[in-house]
Amino acid sequence: MTTATLAPARAEDTGIGLAGHLRHVGALTRRNLMRIKADPESMFDAVLMPIIFTVLFVYVFGGAISGGQDAYKQYMIPGLLGQTGLTLAMAVGTGLNSDFQTGVMDRFRTLPIGRSSVLLSKIAAETCRALLSFTILIVFSLILGFELNGGVLNALGAVGLSLVFGMSIVWISMLLGMALRSAQAVQGVAMLVLMPMQFGSSIFAPTDTMPGWLQAFTKVNPLSALADACRALMNGHGAVAHPTFVVLAWSAAITAVFAPLAVARFRKRT
Amino acid sequence: MTRISTAPNDRGPAAGNAVEVHGIVKHFGTTKALDGVDLTVREGTVLGVLGPNGAGKTTLVRVLSTLIKPDAGTAFVGGYDVLRQPKQLRRTIGLTGQYASVDELLSGYENLYLIGRLLDLSRRDAKARATELLERFSLTEAAKRPAKTYSGGMRRRLDLAASMIGRPRVLYLDEPTTGLDPRTRNEVWDEVQRMVAEGSTVLLTTQYMEEAEQLAGELTVIDRGRVIAAGGIAELKAQVGGRTLQVRPAHPAELPEMARCLRDTGLTATFSADTGLLSVPITADEQLTAVIGVLGTRGFAVAGIDTKLPSLDEVFLAITGKPADRPAPADDVPSLAKEPVA
Repeated sequence: MTTATLAPARAEDTGIGLAGHLRHVGALTRRNLMRIKADPESMFDAVLMPIIFTVLFVYVFGGAISGGQDAYKQYMIPGLLGQTGLTLAMAVGTGLNSDFQTGVMDRFRTLPIGRSSVLLSKIAAETCRALLSFTILIVFSLILGFELNGGVLNALGAVGLSLVFGMSIVWISMLLGMALRSAQAVQGVAMLVLMPMQFGSSIFAPTDTMPGWLQAFTKVNPLSALADACRALMNGHGAVAHPTFVVLAWSAAITAVFAPLAVARFRKRT
Repeated sequence: MTRISTAPNDRGPAAGNAVEVHGIVKHFGTTKALDGVDLTVREGTVLGVLGPNGAGKTTLVRVLSTLIKPDAGTAFVGGYDVLRQPKQLRRTIGLTGQYASVDELLSGYENLYLIGRLLDLSRRDAKARATELLERFSLTEAAKRPAKTYSGGMRRRLDLAASMIGRPRVLYLDEPTTGLDPRTRNEVWDEVQRMVAEGSTVLLTTQYMEEAEQLAGELTVIDRGRVIAAGGIAELKAQVGGRTLQVRPAHPAELPEMARCLRDTGLTATFSADTGLLSVPITADEQLTAVIGVLGTRGFAVAGIDTKLPSLDEVFLAITGKPADRPAPADDVPSLAKEPVA
């Protein structure tokens, strides 16, 4: 029968192996990056958001909040790193949702690849996007006169910390992306989560003028710890160890809870 | 481990069967999408799965592609169990459907290259295979354009190419021509026939008897998740009464007279003033000659003549005694012997 010649006997082993996984993640990451290239508008948030936020906050609120734009730059810009990472992370769910909607995911799921490859490639592509966004934020801030008093290494530490936290949020984002019906719903819910998280933190204003009940929230909000850590790192003064520890603990906890949930949800849709 | 070459046993599939499905059940909430489906596709053949919307065709393909798990029953593809050996099974199949799609933002080439890499081809092989398939499906000129700029027919051809990257032993084509214009549909049919000629085993779902007849050797008719008929196309056609001859008279006013003359010679003739067509069910070729002879000798002017296969509705009517359960398209069943108003 001719079919026999068309189907060279494949190895019977089910394992994909580490090299295989890496190859699949690499191919899928390439795909995610090529999507960005094909749809440059999708980079607007990553490219323009840090610029818009910086300009808006420094020049609109800066004078009023801390009595001077220069002081406010030094206060707020480090916190924007965390905020940027968080916002980008939440966009992953929207992308995942549309992959399911358009049927691309079904194509992947009929291929002999590990389930996690698709998710990991999203994280890899998102890391690239976030790194670009961080770079733009820092370069733009330096142009505006932001001073990296903490030195380059510390600034890299702040970027790394923001990245780690953002990557833990990606799991929540993915879970939302798979749990909700439409990409619009994902975006809506993401906004609902993001707004109070961002503004109910120490990113934009010191928390000590806030009412007690709000302070209770801002204190436990991991974005406050992230902003505090980044601020201390980039300005070169203030406590670094404690907020850094809090951020890492939160990231680990969020990942420990939501990564298995996201993967389980992903498998369940098999 | 079960291999296709092993002798049939109580668990594994029989030799020579590319697809073997036993008693597959799948519920969605309270809906039984599949209610105990059995079917077999022998290696190198094409099985048509015919049924209306919502009959369970797509659910069946999804089960056989490991996209969803059945609630009960067993299914083997290429000798692999859908539940126990999904990874090996995925290496055996190719899928073209309304849902398993390509990435619209990527170019045709990039889509095929990506799938090649995910199927563990080396960079060079993935590149060569993508180029080869683009050439074969006449997409070379459009290779660098994003898939979203493709026409319906090009998209479908790219889908077919995507499903063939891994040289699958078994191809699922889930309603491959739904929504295509007749010319594009013929292109897709040509491609499918070529794949079959090269030895692929195909499971094809369709809503059109005509498509099933073009492509499939055997047919399984499903309705509401159950197999209601199965067998060779010829047997099934005999069961549903074969073709219908449709005559379009040059002068529609003559329809009643034409029908009367044919009935006088013992033929069953009906007509519809709405469509302006005279319909005569044909069970043997001699009847074709008879109809044309009668109309000719009586001097009726004929503007057009055509034979039509039974529509899905007519097939269902013949098998189940009731019309297919779907939103009525109505226009493919001519209204019977209505007297013209004029």
